[in-house]
Amino acid sequence: MNRHLISAADLSRDDALLILDTADELARMADRPIKKLPTLRGRTVVNLFFEDSTRTRISFEAAAKRLSADVINFSAKGSSVAKGESLKDTALTLEAMGADAVVIRHSASGAPHRLAGWVRGTVVNAGDGAHEHPTQALLDAFTIRRKFGRPGGEALDGLRVTIVGDVLHSRVARSNVLLLNTLGAEVTLVAPPTLLPVAVGAWPCSVGYDFDAVIPKTDVVMMLRVQQERMKAAYFPSVREYSRRYGLDGTRMAQLPEHAIVMHPGPMNRGVEIAAEVADSPRSTIVEQVANGVSVRMAVLYLLLGGAEAQA
Amino acid sequence: MHALHPARDQALAAAGAPGGSPARPGPADPKTVLEPAEIGRALTRIAHEILERTDGASDVVLLGIPTRGVTLARRLAERIEQVEGHPVPHGSLDITMYRDDLRLRPARALGPTEVPPEGIDGTIVVIVDDVLYSGRTVRAALDALNDLGRPRAVQLAVLIDRGHRELPVRADYVGKNLPTSRQEVVRVLLTEVDGQDAVIIGRAAATEQRSGT
Repeated sequence: MNRHLISAADLSRDDALLILDTADELARMADRPIKKLPTLRGRTVVNLFFEDSTRTRISFEAAAKRLSADVINFSAKGSSVAKGESLKDTALTLEAMGADAVVIRHSASGAPHRLAGWVRGTVVNAGDGAHEHPTQALLDAFTIRRKFGRPGGEALDGLRVTIVGDVLHSRVARSNVLLLNTLGAEVTLVAPPTLLPVAVGAWPCSVGYDFDAVIPKTDVVMMLRVQQERMKAAYFPSVREYSRRYGLDGTRMAQLPEHAIVMHPGPMNRGVEIAAEVADSPRSTIVEQVANGVSVRMAVLYLLLGGAEAQA
Repeated sequence: MHALHPARDQALAAAGAPGGSPARPGPADPKTVLEPAEIGRALTRIAHEILERTDGASDVVLLGIPTRGVTLARRLAERIEQVEGHPVPHGSLDITMYRDDLRLRPARALGPTEVPPEGIDGTIVVIVDDVLYSGRTVRAALDALNDLGRPRAVQLAVLIDRGHRELPVRADYVGKNLPTSRQEVVRVLLTEVDGQDAVIIGRAAATEQRSGT
């Protein structure tokens, strides 16, 4: 495995399975009276968050703490970034403080990649712009594997995953397409043409525009958030029209096969891409995804930091 | 993972004693020191010893250390049940996250930890492993147990004790004491994992030691 986790494409099938299997073992720990392991004692993990986040930051923090690492939280608000400090200078400061790992979220695609060239420690991408969010893809794959009862060592071969919505602004979509493809799933993207990236033809997945046509042939539906904060133009005529064509409501959910599950990386826009009755239905794995996030991030931190530094 | 485990204690010892002379590379001449029947007799004897020392094993939990310790724990549980007529809870205890040499080699895959649903509080836990060598595995196992609960007592059963302890650890039940040199490798093969029952002693190839677990 690489020293950093920047992109889901860095992971081979064996790497990805090792992370999922490790997460499986770590997930059992959640039922124990003492939810802590001594493995990363004396190591420092810095959460470097230039963008707002609830789930991901708390999840990484819980994961590092359960492995006994020391955690330093950094958010752009209230730091020298507000005074105009550059990413590189921030990185050098962290380096001088002896950070063994930096978990970074940044609004600019490629920021983690640049950071990896500046610091000696391990860099974990916790979401960069519209580029990637590899640990989200890992926890989604983990959730799918558990929900379909596939045992350790097995991948997602043959499962049909449909990712619906704002693919253009979604780092989750890109990471999921890459990882799920590595793990053998068949991925279909469904979105309005305006919300698909230009190069989507080069992604290892198929593309459709008609949600209703794909629904009966789907094992997993992953709804993406409409990222209005990143939209600088009108990508669809109205929220109501978007919701009618690409939202998942109760009627559409009823067309899904019996065994199919509904996922959402959160935060949700209830009533836009997903109806409240769907989000709260037993088919939805949204709360489970958050719980699994801690186990998966523990596995990532353990595998990247727990052993000796990988020799090149 | 399975193929890597026999070297576990050797790797631990090598890591703990960096001054030790490395084994010379060369053709290993493996010698079988325990035949299947002898392994069976040793386990039957250990099962009886556990019964004697714990007054019928009524509150005993057998926890094997993956991979082969788990198999041995299951076999011991079967033997005790045959004699006493009541089932003995058994499971597995992975120690990977508690090792003292994690930073010396790349991160490794975890083994399963499966504790019987009744838990281990107030019970007599017998830790089961195939080979006792440096004692570092057992030290890690004691730490791991500590996070799972508070047993009334902890005992240790091993199939082979090959000496060369680096920590104050001793076994309560030993299948066979096997005097070895540090250059040798002791491998326990079990039908469930390796397709046959045998204990083999051979000379470590230098490469094998380095690749380790």
